[in-house]
Amino acid sequence: MMKRYVYINDDELSEDLYCVNRISNRKYTVLNFLPKNLWEQFSRFMNQYFLLIACLQLWPLITPVNPASTWGPLILIFAVSATKEAWDDYNRYLSDKKANEKEVWVVKQGIKKHIQAQDIRVGDILWLRKNDEVPCDLVLIGTSDVQGLCYVETSALDGETDLKTRVIPSACMGIDSELLHKIKGVIECPNPDKDIRRFDANLRLFPPFIDNDLCPLTIKNTLLQSCYLRNTEWACGVAVYTGNETKLGMSRGIPETKLTAMDAMIDKLTGAIFIFQLVVVIVLGLAGNVWKDTEARKQWYVQYPNEGPWYEFLIIPLRFELLCSIMIPISIKVSLDFVKSLYAKFIDWDNEMVDVETGTPAHAANTAISEDLGQVEYILTDKTGTLTENRMIFKRCCVSGVFYGNENGDALKDVELLSAVASGSPDVIRFLKIMAICNTVIPIQSKSGSISYKAQSQDEEALVRAAAHLHMVLVNNNVNILEINFNGAIEHHEILDILEFTSDRKRMSVVVKDRGSGRIFLLSKGADEAILPHARAGQQTRSFAEAVEQYAQLGLRTLCFAWRGIEEEEYQEWSLIFKEANSTLVDREWRVAEACQRLEHDFEILGVAAIEDRLQDGVPETIETLRKAGINFWMLTGDKQNTAVQIALSCNFVSPEPKGQLLLINGKTEDEVCRSLERVLLTMRITESEPKDVAFVIDGWALEIALKHYRKAFTELAILSRTAICCRVTPSQKAQLVELLKSCEYRTLAIGDGGNDVRMIQQADIGVGISGREGLQAARAADYSIGKFRFLKRLILVHGRYSYNRTAFLSQYSFYKSLLICFIQIFFSFISGVSGTSLFNSVSLMAYNVVYTSIPVLVSVLDKDLSERTVMQHPQILFYCQAGRLLNPSTFAGWFGRSLFHDRGMGWMIGIEREFEGLYHLVLPSSTTSSCASIGGISSSDSFSALSSSLIYYSTNDSFIFFVDDFRM
Amino acid sequence: MDMVRMDGGSASAAVPEDQCVPTRRSNAIQQFTQQSLPSCKPVLSPASVITTFFLMGVICIPVGFVSLHASQSVVEIVDRYDTYCIPDPFKSNKVAYIKDSSIPKNCTLHLKVPKPMKSPIYVYYQLDNYYQNHRRYVKSKSDKQLIYGLKYNDTSLCKPEDSNKGLPIVPCGLIAWSLFNDTYSFSRGTVGLKVNRKNIAWKSDRDHKFGRHVYPFNFQNGTLIGGGKLDPNIPLSDQEDLVVWMRTAALPSFRKLYGRIEEDLDVEDVVTVKVLNNYNTYSFGGKKRLVLSTSSWLGGKNDFLGVAYLFVGSSSIFISLVFLLLHVKNPRTEEKESQGKNRRPCAARN
Repeated sequence: MMKRYVYINDDELSEDLYCVNRISNRKYTVLNFLPKNLWEQFSRFMNQYFLLIACLQLWPLITPVNPASTWGPLILIFAVSATKEAWDDYNRYLSDKKANEKEVWVVKQGIKKHIQAQDIRVGDILWLRKNDEVPCDLVLIGTSDVQGLCYVETSALDGETDLKTRVIPSACMGIDSELLHKIKGVIECPNPDKDIRRFDANLRLFPPFIDNDLCPLTIKNTLLQSCYLRNTEWACGVAVYTGNETKLGMSRGIPETKLTAMDAMIDKLTGAIFIFQLVVVIVLGLAGNVWKDTEARKQWYVQYPNEGPWYEFLIIPLRFELLCSIMIPISIKVSLDFVKSLYAKFIDWDNEMVDVETGTPAHAANTAISEDLGQVEYILTDKTGTLTENRMIFKRCCVSGVFYGNENGDALKDVELLSAVASGSPDVIRFLKIMAICNTVIPIQSKSGSISYKAQSQDEEALVRAAAHLHMVLVNNNVNILEINFNGAIEHHEILDILEFTSDRKRMSVVVKDRGSGRIFLLSKGADEAILPHARAGQQTRSFAEAVEQYAQLGLRTLCFAWRGIEEEEYQEWSLIFKEANSTLVDREWRVAEACQRLEHDFEILGVAAIEDRLQDGVPETIETLRKAGINFWMLTGDKQNTAVQIALSCNFVSPEPKGQLLLINGKTEDEVCRSLERVLLTMRITESEPKDVAFVIDGWALEIALKHYRKAFTELAILSRTAICCRVTPSQKAQLVELLKSCEYRTLAIGDGGNDVRMIQQADIGVGISGREGLQAARAADYSIGKFRFLKRLILVHGRYSYNRTAFLSQYSFYKSLLICFIQIFFSFISGVSGTSLFNSVSLMAYNVVYTSIPVLVSVLDKDLSERTVMQHPQILFYCQAGRLLNPSTFAGWFGRSLFHDRGMGWMIGIEREFEGLYHLVLPSSTTSSCASIGGISSSDSFSALSSSLIYYSTNDSFIFFVDDFRM
Repeated sequence: MDMVRMDGGSASAAVPEDQCVPTRRSNAIQQFTQQSLPSCKPVLSPASVITTFFLMGVICIPVGFVSLHASQSVVEIVDRYDTYCIPDPFKSNKVAYIKDSSIPKNCTLHLKVPKPMKSPIYVYYQLDNYYQNHRRYVKSKSDKQLIYGLKYNDTSLCKPEDSNKGLPIVPCGLIAWSLFNDTYSFSRGTVGLKVNRKNIAWKSDRDHKFGRHVYPFNFQNGTLIGGGKLDPNIPLSDQEDLVVWMRTAALPSFRKLYGRIEEDLDVEDVVTVKVLNNYNTYSFGGKKRLVLSTSSWLGGKNDFLGVAYLFVGSSSIFISLVFLLLHVKNPRTEEKESQGKNRRPCAARN
């Protein structure tokens, strides 16, 4: 592994090794803007095509119209998208500049100086004051707090709004703030990466700051760029990553652009039209050459020379290529981009999708994929925080076999529990202690004396609150001394170590020393399967397992509590191992887990706590409506099977028993999983024809095996099953499931709220984030963010469906109108000696494309075929959009035929012009305008084209009117 | 009352309904952002469809009759003379005849008037199979030169008739070069009929497209003579035959105005036309016709408009009757109607 050595406060050494702290998010510079931007734009086929056409038009021999009629729009289109890029880049430049020129306090040559943020170098010592933004990634070396603590807000980094504690490394503990200027040392850290939860480094201070020990550093010792210092007077740190190499800078990537199914279809149809165009060109080119050689040479007034240049045979085909070039409408991209951004704006503006509680509106971060919303087939949803409110409330518990809260559904009001607390039942007291101690909650005491809690985990907060309610109040939590107020008596506990929660271990523990008795305890809480198997030999865990089972069936989340007394020697021995594990650079996580394992055994199981997480408003209705709309739901959750199934039942995922049926896939070995899978598949195949609601339930372990070894069978199952519940799945498994469904050509929507859903959200065709209590991480990674799950109904049925309908109409209409004018040119060529004369002059052509036919574009973005209410009441309608009924080769053929037919109609109308002449002379004296001439009849090609163009203006706009469903003012 | 509303408005400004005294403008913006602009959706109920068709028929049929009548009142005489005017010895080799300038090209036509014709009587020549819309032809002119004359010396657009012996041609280009040069003189019995040949071109063309001080120069001086010649002493704007000719036809068969006879013609009158048959349409099989026609308020003789109106009108009435019958026979019940409305899928229009 590559490492970087940061020499603290060493002005000579670190000069040129690493980049300075100049942040640059810019894509272009002033010099390379034009070439780079043009190169990017021309990497698209359509643009290359238009450029080729525009270049061909510069050749006067073949151009039918003034080249300006193509160059104009082309340059306009390019200018618009270049300006947009330039504007975005300029804004990025401005914000970079602001960040770069921010003044910060830095120690240079031992003196505190005020310099600009962009001049910070790796190894510099920085001073931050309260509410300052951290300008680069720092390793904390000093704070105003005597215990070396400081608080940061990381919402800009991970979206989590709660305060996090950061602590100075043990080596720097106790150094006087005056001496921090002079500190020297070296930090050994990995090369920059984007993992904001990991920082495995070591610190060694140079004399006189003795401490020859290697001091381990973790993410807890860092202040990362873009965080804010809160509740701390000052903090001091060493810059380790600067500029674009910070954790934030590294995690900024260009997200993969998502292409909607509709875009892909439009591209395909464009290709088909291109081929059609080539065929037309070849046929007409041949016909033109034949006509020229047989007929045109007889027409003395044309004066065809007998000998032409070598390329003569190419001239007529090229002329037709140019005449037909408008078949692919240059405006389609612009108008589609325009309407798409408007769809996105409609989502942002929608008052009915504003979460009233928090005032968060819905937001479409990705403006290009609204149509896909209307074509969703699978929704993969997270459970906690997405379906539920993620507002945890402690409801029931079971302590040493006694159930509390079963009668009235709220343990806090259970008289038995209250009396047990009052009488000081030792098990209950210990249970409460674990609730209050075994966590990472920060109590914040306000001036009035009331205590509020800041916690990263909602479960912990709920437990601490409940404990406080039961007179076990967590008062103060400084690094190692924890203060508890039980019934007025203050107890102090020294926290020796925290064995943190990871999703693999599924439990967390603390090692505490009771200041009163001096004894050391290990207190643990975690998922049942992470605690119960480690019970001490001889303890019966049956009753706890039953309690867990019972609570899970009620849809409650369960946590098991356990404890163990530790001898001093055992602790000392283990402590060394733990320290060493914590200071390794390689595989630290695994080593730490292994060290924890050494301590977490022989538990004395205390009890089970059950926490309720209520369903969000309108979740069952939303799911029912969307299921009626033909959308299949999969629930992917980290929770246990019973809880997941219970929630699934209560929110209409599956119908209850007689109609619905749950098929379980489980097993620990390949064979078991295989057999189980096959059984389920068989049942599925049988019940497929029945109107039965069959869902399969699989857990993470079996899923791993199924995905690895029985992918084919599992894929078949995925196709057969409308509903699935996957419990105990990891973030990467969530992403794998999305991938699996996508590989079956299904359009997927993933919805979630937490950091563990980010991968699934990014993987899916459409990612929706709930801007909820678990922070904004998911909402930030998502294409759409909404405040509540129930808005999904409106997002899909109203916005998605309208967007799909509108784009389907608009794209085909664009082709229709250009085909229409093209067919007229083709028919005209048959009566103009196949010579490639353009019927229309440049101005009419431009006006046609830009002015006359852009009104429909503007109007159709407001078109509604059915009222919102009707759609909501009859969600089955969405089926037409899912199946792509409005834009596919056959509807396109319909529009193609329509343009041909309308052309023939017009041709017929125009065909009679010869007999129309009298009027032309009648209106002659006043006919100075072509519009008059076009009423008057046609004797010249100018007025003929004027009439034709006015006819097709009418015709296109008329046919537009027929296809618009309602008329807006 | 007002106070309460004001309070409500300021307390929850985010909720737009509560805003006090919404202005019309902000209301419209609000409706736009919420996609709830007022709209009307025509409901296709049997009654409305039948009425619409019926009304369309009722309007179209009279219009059709009126325009048909106008067209029928126009009297038109068409006479093809290109083959007739070839003397018998040259019937087998028309091209040689037309190219031989030593042979006189006189020819006399007798046109019988079938119905009384009111003045003005328009005189046209009609050419068939003549491609004035050929790309090579239609582009071969210089609009600038037609206005500014020799002052504008870029004649590259006019190729291959741009210059001769190093000097530019005015008017240049194939169109001018191939100017139609048959002439007609009319008489009734022994008395000559006066043909007014002024004001036959578009006024806008004369005023704005052809120069008042531009005179023909070096025109038809080359080895290859195309069509007619021009009097170098008359400015282009007054050479109305040229102006008419240069307004090129869009279709390969076209009529161009030659002049107006400003006398009435009676039934059974015989108009004698002396034709100078100069123009070569024989080499490419083109036809030449002479047309005399009166006009109505709707223009020349053209039954199409009237017929089209009648057709559309009568089919509308027919359709409305069919629908009416269907509706009477199988009326739509309330239930079906509501089902039909609800079941209307989003793909209904395809």
